[in-house]
Amino acid sequence: MSTASAKQVLFEPIFSNNPIALQILGICSALAVTTSMQLSVVMGLAVCTVTGLANLAVSLIRSQIPSNIRIIVQMTIIATLVIVVDQVLRAYAYELSKQLSVFVGLIITNCIVMGRAEAFAMQNGPAMSFVDGVGNGLGYAVILLFVAFFRELLGSGKLFGIEILPLVNDGGWYVPNGMLLLPPSAFFLIGIFIWIVRTWDKGQVEAPDYKMSAHRVKEAF
Amino acid sequence: MSSKETMGKTFTVAVLLCLVCSIIVAGSVVILKPTQQENKALNLQANILAAAGLLPAGADKTAIQEAFKKIDARIVDLDTGEYAEPDRVNKENALDYDQRKAQKDPKLSKAIAGSEDIASIKRRVDYAKVYLVREGDEIKTIILPVSGYGLWSTLHGFLALEADANTVVGFGFYEHAETPGLGGEVDNPNWKAQWPGKKVYDLDASEAPKIALLKGAVDRSNPEAEYQIDGLSGATLTSRGVTNLVQYWTGEHGFQKYLQKLRQGV
Repeated sequence: MSTASAKQVLFEPIFSNNPIALQILGICSALAVTTSMQLSVVMGLAVCTVTGLANLAVSLIRSQIPSNIRIIVQMTIIATLVIVVDQVLRAYAYELSKQLSVFVGLIITNCIVMGRAEAFAMQNGPAMSFVDGVGNGLGYAVILLFVAFFRELLGSGKLFGIEILPLVNDGGWYVPNGMLLLPPSAFFLIGIFIWIVRTWDKGQVEAPDYKMSAHRVKEAF
Repeated sequence: MSSKETMGKTFTVAVLLCLVCSIIVAGSVVILKPTQQENKALNLQANILAAAGLLPAGADKTAIQEAFKKIDARIVDLDTGEYAEPDRVNKENALDYDQRKAQKDPKLSKAIAGSEDIASIKRRVDYAKVYLVREGDEIKTIILPVSGYGLWSTLHGFLALEADANTVVGFGFYEHAETPGLGGEVDNPNWKAQWPGKKVYDLDASEAPKIALLKGAVDRSNPEAEYQIDGLSGATLTSRGVTNLVQYWTGEHGFQKYLQKLRQGV
């Protein structure tokens, strides 16, 4: 890993090794907070902060952590950071923190944070780990913004709360698609995103686990 | 490798980590508390104004505080339905009275018998804080605090009534933790928009509150429709909780006596 440059570590997780699209991690919160762009931006920033700082902290003390308690040590650091982020949001972005409600707290259980701490920060230097954490947070944020863009635009005719497509209810022409405001629509959008990314970069397509053999009719004995 | 794997090392790392983390968590909570409380107070004021229909669209902090100056807080003795002086709750100003704190204080509240406790709040305050909007000397809007249990959480909100102490001006919750998208739809502006104009009591028939959430949608041609609100789909228990808490607080253990006195013009 020592050969990887900071730029690679930062940008690789965004498209070529995206935590959601390739590793399929952390999609639960991606379903919940993507109903509006504003929420997604805040959530993306919060996750970036936590992944970045958690990687930094874990990496700083990595040579001191006894391996039998390393998971709980990482968990404690992550939980501390998430609580701090939650408190800051409550103080400076009260309305948004009310809408995000439990999902900020649930960053603790977001597999991306823990996964990066365990897989990268335990083996790499602090600076690189921080960059890796931010990169993975950005990878998460990109998906969130992609999904939120379509969900907010087609679901409520707005972007960042500003009306783009005038709604029928307000005398416009656009009939909002209510399904896009419900969590399942995020599944479809994430699926489409993964499809696009994998069409563009064929290397991400996994080999099938098994091959279907051709159907043959055997005669009964 | 072996040097950091000893029992002693494990304990040292664990203890030190816990210490550092707890200091960080405690520090952030303490430092940010004043700002958070200010936000909370502002949110409460905004919700009172919203229930009374006085919240200007897109109001900022100063606009909310300015608008809130028109609102007057009074203490009501729930057993007699009469106004009480703020010194009864050991405060100089009625605005400073924290009703939710008083609910936990045995000197200022009473336990409620299970059969009467339809809102599942367990204890009821002796003195409640109501907000009044006046126009000259006339009371224009009465804003009552209401609370009760839904599915997961206690919902806290405000019910605003017109001067006839019967017609609803507005209704809304400022704090709850119901399921987002189902019970959480109590915050949906379209649902809340049904409340204004509804009546709490059918005064010709009885003194007991009649307003309730239905299961499903209200049939507008039904003469009873003015006492009915659409239930929240997918949230039967939250809907039931909302009905119960509104009926409790407008019922005989709630503000019923106070509202009766207001109607008689005392």
